[in-house]
Amino acid sequence: MKTQSRASAHSAVKPSIKTGAQIVVDALIEQGVDTMFGYTGGVVLPLFDRLYDAPINFIVPRHEQGGCHMADAYARASGKVGVVVTTSGPGACNIVTGLATAMMDSVPIVALTGQVRTELIGNDAFQEADTTGITRPITKYNCIVKDIKDLARTIREAFYIASTGRPGPVLIDLPVDITVARHETNGPVEMELLGYRVRTKGHARQISSAAKAINESKQPVLYVGGGVITANAAKELTDLAEKAHLPVTMTLLGLGSYDQRKPESLDMLGMHGSAYANYAVQQCDLLIAIGARFDDRVTGKIETFAPNAKIIHIDVDPASISKNVGVDIPVVGDAKAILKALTEEVEYRERKRWFDKIAEWKKKFPFRYDQNSTTIKPQYVIEELCRQTKNEAIVTTGVGQNQMWAAQFYKFVRPRQLISSGGLGTMGFGLPAAIGAQVAKPDATVIDIDGDHSFNMTMTELATAVEHELPIKVCILNNGYMGMVRQWQELFYGRRYSKSYLKNPEYEVVAKALGAVGMTVDKKADVPKAIKQMLKEKLPCVIDFRVEPEENVWPMVPAGKSLDEMSGLDILERLI
Amino acid sequence: MKHIISALVENKPGVLAHVAGMFAARAFNIDSLVVGRTEDPSLSRMTIVVLGDDRVLEQVRKQLAKIIPVVKVQDFVGQPVVARDLMLIAISAPPEKRAELLSLIEMFKGKVVDIGQKFIMVEVSGPEEKIEAFINVCKPYGIKSLARTGTIAMARHSRADMQPAQTSNEQDN
Repeated sequence: MKTQSRASAHSAVKPSIKTGAQIVVDALIEQGVDTMFGYTGGVVLPLFDRLYDAPINFIVPRHEQGGCHMADAYARASGKVGVVVTTSGPGACNIVTGLATAMMDSVPIVALTGQVRTELIGNDAFQEADTTGITRPITKYNCIVKDIKDLARTIREAFYIASTGRPGPVLIDLPVDITVARHETNGPVEMELLGYRVRTKGHARQISSAAKAINESKQPVLYVGGGVITANAAKELTDLAEKAHLPVTMTLLGLGSYDQRKPESLDMLGMHGSAYANYAVQQCDLLIAIGARFDDRVTGKIETFAPNAKIIHIDVDPASISKNVGVDIPVVGDAKAILKALTEEVEYRERKRWFDKIAEWKKKFPFRYDQNSTTIKPQYVIEELCRQTKNEAIVTTGVGQNQMWAAQFYKFVRPRQLISSGGLGTMGFGLPAAIGAQVAKPDATVIDIDGDHSFNMTMTELATAVEHELPIKVCILNNGYMGMVRQWQELFYGRRYSKSYLKNPEYEVVAKALGAVGMTVDKKADVPKAIKQMLKEKLPCVIDFRVEPEENVWPMVPAGKSLDEMSGLDILERLI
Repeated sequence: MKHIISALVENKPGVLAHVAGMFAARAFNIDSLVVGRTEDPSLSRMTIVVLGDDRVLEQVRKQLAKIIPVVKVQDFVGQPVVARDLMLIAISAPPEKRAELLSLIEMFKGKVVDIGQKFIMVEVSGPEEKIEAFINVCKPYGIKSLARTGTIAMARHSRADMQPAQTSNEQDN
């Protein structure tokens, strides 16, 4: 099967002789790329020379990893494909973490890496690395272009593969002799993807079975993952939930797909999910999973996950179905199309007893913290951020406690609002992600809710934000510890805080030295004022919140336990 | 249980590495893997013998199909197939044992492809069990060296390529 390329709709183009670098840049522009992230180097000089006066907004990070996370967050915030360019060897190796992050969270990225001249490949040349070999398991697809004739087609295919089906990163390795070679181009090229087909419409009979199961269910739960956001199907999800009257719980990456202010929202489920979501999942008779993959952080002990439920699984990736949990009604295809079709066939049911039960759990076990504490509770900072930004900010996070609290205490109302490394759990994601998101959405309020040690990993990118005058806000929940590690050490390793405490710099001074606004807040009473000030700043702004050092994230499903065997509920109850 | 999986793949560099890497990364168990060109030079066929239960095999098929240059995946389980291995085996063959050995080779429809002073080299092909049986009968004579392919297979009847043997809903046709 040959897939008709987008360009073939255009009228025939006059043959012209172009260098490889020119072919690459023209192909990028043809794909609608107006923003790129990347770092130059030896073998990408020809490509960067073509970018010198190309109509592309180019952001140079301080480290390639940051550039890849920026492209990732740019894609997550905008729904477009993120593009990152690096040189060979170290440049390519430095984006490995970024590619793996995007792979786990199904984010469309096209990475272009330079490579040594084709005749040197395999000779351990200067700055040579086997980039396609290294990145094969962490990309949706990758390849090296060894013939300039394949160049335009390969780039077109890269964008198509990255952005369709279950999206993911695609890497194209470009030897320098290919980018300097000349080739006569004759207009449009066709893609040749024999082995790549994308399913869109779901199977009609499966959709009908799903609708029947929903109509018959007395205790259903919608379990929504990032796939709904990727598929731009948040509206369709809301329509289904409202028409059939279904409670909705979301994964970390699914947050934003359903307005958390609505009473049917059960907020996040899983290891640090809400008690009411976890109880509802364990007691439901029908679990409707959409664009979610039954990750171990969501299911807890897999053998006892949703023990009484019939399971419907809607996903664009057939390999996700019945991978971890056996599924009764699989529907493969695009969530948007399937949800639309499904909504037509479902009927409203009151399900009063079920919703009463849920309301009871919600009342008994809301997310809580000690509001009377004299110290700054990290949860308080996030609640205050949510209040002052009226639920409207784009929030990026580091990984660990800061991320879980952000998910628990910021109430998201629309898709693409939370940008967080879910699957890979990449510390250091927050700051570069805030930059990528701000580049994608210049008018949005973008806040990185970060941990001190997550921030430490990539804080060099603050210089990038300053250079581009991006008004990102960084809220460091500074407890001195690698908080989540410390929490596990407290609970499971007898409080032996092994290597999880480091001496931090004065972030206020660091921020100022890099040209950003810096503040330190160590009194609870100063929190609202500082946030108010921060939201007014036009420059990147960093607030170092000195929070309660040994606060824990509750509830928590310990590893190996079922979702309803949560720790910390007694602690939450005592806080009333 | 042993399954024979047949995957039609694009004949491009890196495809074998991708398939092999996927098996390793997902801890699937490969018993054997054979790759060869098909009548179409742009396509190769990989025949992979995999051990696992139905659940594992469903994942193997789906994960294989997900690899971009993999064009088509079939699992021959439950289907009548012709499955063959090929072996070259050098057996110690002193003159006084040769007649005996030759009759054994005859029984297994083997072919003597080389004769030295001390050894004979035999080519045997057939189902895996036959190959194993031949190795066993050769052991008492002394095996100098042995090389064998993994299994290649094809479904009986001409419709093998038209219908995936194991239809799973991930395979859109």
